[in-house]
Amino acid sequence: MAWKELTLTSWGRSRRARCRAARPERVRDAVARLMEAGQRGVIAYGAGRSYGDCALNDGGAAILTRRLNRLLAFDAASGEIAVEPGVTFRELLDIFLPRGWRVPVSPGTAFATIGGAVANDVHGKNHDTAGSFGDHLRGIELLLPSGEIVALSPTASPRLFAATIGGVGLTGIVLSVRFRMERAPFDGVHLSERRIADLDAFLEALASSRSRGVSAVGWVDGTARGKRLGRGVLEEVEPASENALAQRRKALRLPFDLPGAALNPATVALFNRLYRNRVPAGGRHRLVDYERFLYPLDAVEEWNRCYGRRGLRQFQCVVPFAESPAALRRMLETIARSPVPCPLVVVKTMGRTGRGLLSFGMNGYSLAADFPARPAADTVLDALERSVLDHGGQVYLAKDSRLLAAAFARMYARADEFRAVLEEIDPECRMQSDMARRLGIRAKRR
Amino acid sequence: MDEAWIVLGASSPISRAFAFEVAKRGAGLVLAGRDLDEVRRIASDLVIRTGARAEARAFDAADFASHDAFVQACRGCCNRINLFLAVGAMPRQEDADRDFAQARAAIEANYLGAVSVLSRFAPVIEAQKGGKVIVLGSVAGDRGRASNYLYGSSKAALAVYTEGLNARLWRAGATVTLVKLGYIDTDSTWGLDTPLRPAPPEACARFCLRAAERGAISVYYPPLWALAMGLLKALPGSVFRRLRI
Repeated sequence: MAWKELTLTSWGRSRRARCRAARPERVRDAVARLMEAGQRGVIAYGAGRSYGDCALNDGGAAILTRRLNRLLAFDAASGEIAVEPGVTFRELLDIFLPRGWRVPVSPGTAFATIGGAVANDVHGKNHDTAGSFGDHLRGIELLLPSGEIVALSPTASPRLFAATIGGVGLTGIVLSVRFRMERAPFDGVHLSERRIADLDAFLEALASSRSRGVSAVGWVDGTARGKRLGRGVLEEVEPASENALAQRRKALRLPFDLPGAALNPATVALFNRLYRNRVPAGGRHRLVDYERFLYPLDAVEEWNRCYGRRGLRQFQCVVPFAESPAALRRMLETIARSPVPCPLVVVKTMGRTGRGLLSFGMNGYSLAADFPARPAADTVLDALERSVLDHGGQVYLAKDSRLLAAAFARMYARADEFRAVLEEIDPECRMQSDMARRLGIRAKRR
Repeated sequence: MDEAWIVLGASSPISRAFAFEVAKRGAGLVLAGRDLDEVRRIASDLVIRTGARAEARAFDAADFASHDAFVQACRGCCNRINLFLAVGAMPRQEDADRDFAQARAAIEANYLGAVSVLSRFAPVIEAQKGGKVIVLGSVAGDRGRASNYLYGSSKAALAVYTEGLNARLWRAGATVTLVKLGYIDTDSTWGLDTPLRPAPPEACARFCLRAAERGAISVYYPPLWALAMGLLKALPGSVFRRLRI
C-alpha cells in the first residue's frame, strides 16, 4: 500500500502530527506519492531529528525519505560524493572515516539525514571556520512540486538552489545531494577544556579562539547568576596527526520517559556543577576521537526522553557581534531566572551568513538552550525571542516550533524572496508543513 | 570475477540487503531488474559501500525471449554463478478477478518468468558442478485464501517447481533453497494492518543466505511462520474456507 496513517514527531517531542505517510523505496514512487498530495499538502520527513515542526504536517501527508538512502557516486581522488536524501551522517562516518574522508560540516547528531541537512542548512561546531552544510554543496537534484526533476547548482538555477538550501523542505523533495568530503587522515582531535569564570571572560576566550582559527564551543552553566553569570567550560578543538583509535561504544538507551519532575532546579544545578567540575581547575588537554567530540549526545539513544513525556523545547539563536555582549547577558539573565530549569546552554561563534535564502547564521554569537516543554517555558522563550529581535538576531528554524509570522519576517530578511520562488514553482501550495503555515510562508492549498 | 550472485528483481529492499550481505563476503554481483535506473542506483551504492564488483542489467521476468541472451551474458561474467530470484508481482485479488490481464501478468512474473529463467540457468549450474540458488516464495502459496489466491497459486506452483529443481541440481552438487516469506517490512506491507510486525528486510536477507549456506530445501521467514503455517495446513478445507484471513 502506498500510504499509512502515522503520528510523527520531531526530536523535541513537544509537537505531534497525525498524517498519511508514504515511504517510497524507488525514485518513481516518490514522484507518484508527491502527485497524490491532498488538500493539506506534503512534506519530506527524514530521521526526525529537527526539534520543531519543520518536517511535520498535521492532517496532511509526509514522504519518509529513509529508504531513499543510496550512495550514488564517489570519486576517491577528489572526495566528491553524491548521495540520496535518506543517507545519514552516521552511515557516511562509518563508511568513510576509515578510508580517510569525512563530511566537512556535521550537526550535533550523526543520526540526521543529508536531506535534512540541506533543508535546514545545518552547521556544526566548526561553523566559524567551515560555514554551514550548504556552503559545501556542489549540486542538488530536486523533485519539484510539479513532479519535474531538476538539477540545481550555484550556476544552474542559482535562485532555486539558494531557496532549497535551508528552505525547510518547501521547494520540493531532494533526490540527491552532491558535495565534497574533506581529507581526514586521522580520527583523533586535540580537545582542550578549561573553566571560564563569567560572561566577559567567555566572550574574550571565544574571540581569542576565533583569531587563532581554532573551533571553539562554550558550555554555559545556565543556573549561574550575578557575578557568576555566564560561567562555564570552553572546549577548543584542533585536528590531530594521530589516531584516537576510536572504538564504537555501545550506545546506552533510555528505555522510558523520565518523569517530568526529574528535571528540577536542584538536579539541574547539580548536573551543571558536576559538568563544570569534571574539568580540573587548571584545564585539561586530551586526544579524543572525532566522533565522540562531534556527537557527545549520541552516546545515549533517545536522550530526549530525559525531558519526560511532554518533550523539550530547544531554542537557538544568533546575534550579531556588535550586539552580542548585551544580548547574551540579557538572555543568560532570562535563563538564570527561568521558572523551568534549563540543563544545557551552549555558546559559540558563527562565521558568516549561509547561501540559502532562509539560511541560519551570521557573523556573531550563537546561543542554544534546552527547556522541558512545560507551560511556564513559554514566557521564558517569549523573552528570549524578544531579545533576539531587539538585537537584530535570528532564531534557528530547525529548532523552532513557536515563532510567530511577524517575528520570522523581521529575522529573515530574504523571506519575501523565498516566498516569491515558492509562488513560481508551487503555485498550488503542494508543499506544506506545520512550520510553513505557522510562519505564514505558505497559505492553504489553492 | 570468481564467484558471483545474479540477483533477479534487484530493486526490492530484500534483494538490496541480500546483495549487500554477499558483497561484504567478497562475491561479485549482477543486479538485474526492470527499472534499470533503480538497479543502477543500488549497484553504485553497493560498489561504494563494500568495494565489491557489481553491474546493473535490465531484466524483465515476463520477457521470456530475452532470457537466453541474459543467461549468456551472466555466464561470461564469472567462474561460478549463484542465483537469488526475487521477482514477483502481487495484484489485489479483486483486480485479478476482474481483469484477466492482471492475473496473467502476475502469473507470468511469479511463475512463468521464474521457470523461463531457472530452466535456462539450470544447465549452467549443472556444468559448474555446484552453486547456490535461492528462490523467494510466500506463505500465501501454502493455502488458497479467498483474499489472495491468484498470487498464492502462482507461488504454490513456484514452490513445487523449486522442489523439483532442487532434486535435479542436488545431483550436480548445487543447493536450491525456497524461502517462504511472511510479512517483511517493504512497500508491499506498508500500511497493511498486519497481525504480526513485519520483519526487517536486512534480517530476512541474512536468513536467506544462512539457509542457502546450510543447504536448506524449504524454510519460512520469519521462522515463526513455520509453526503458523503448519497449523493452517493441518486444517481441513471445510474449516479453512470459513476463516476470514
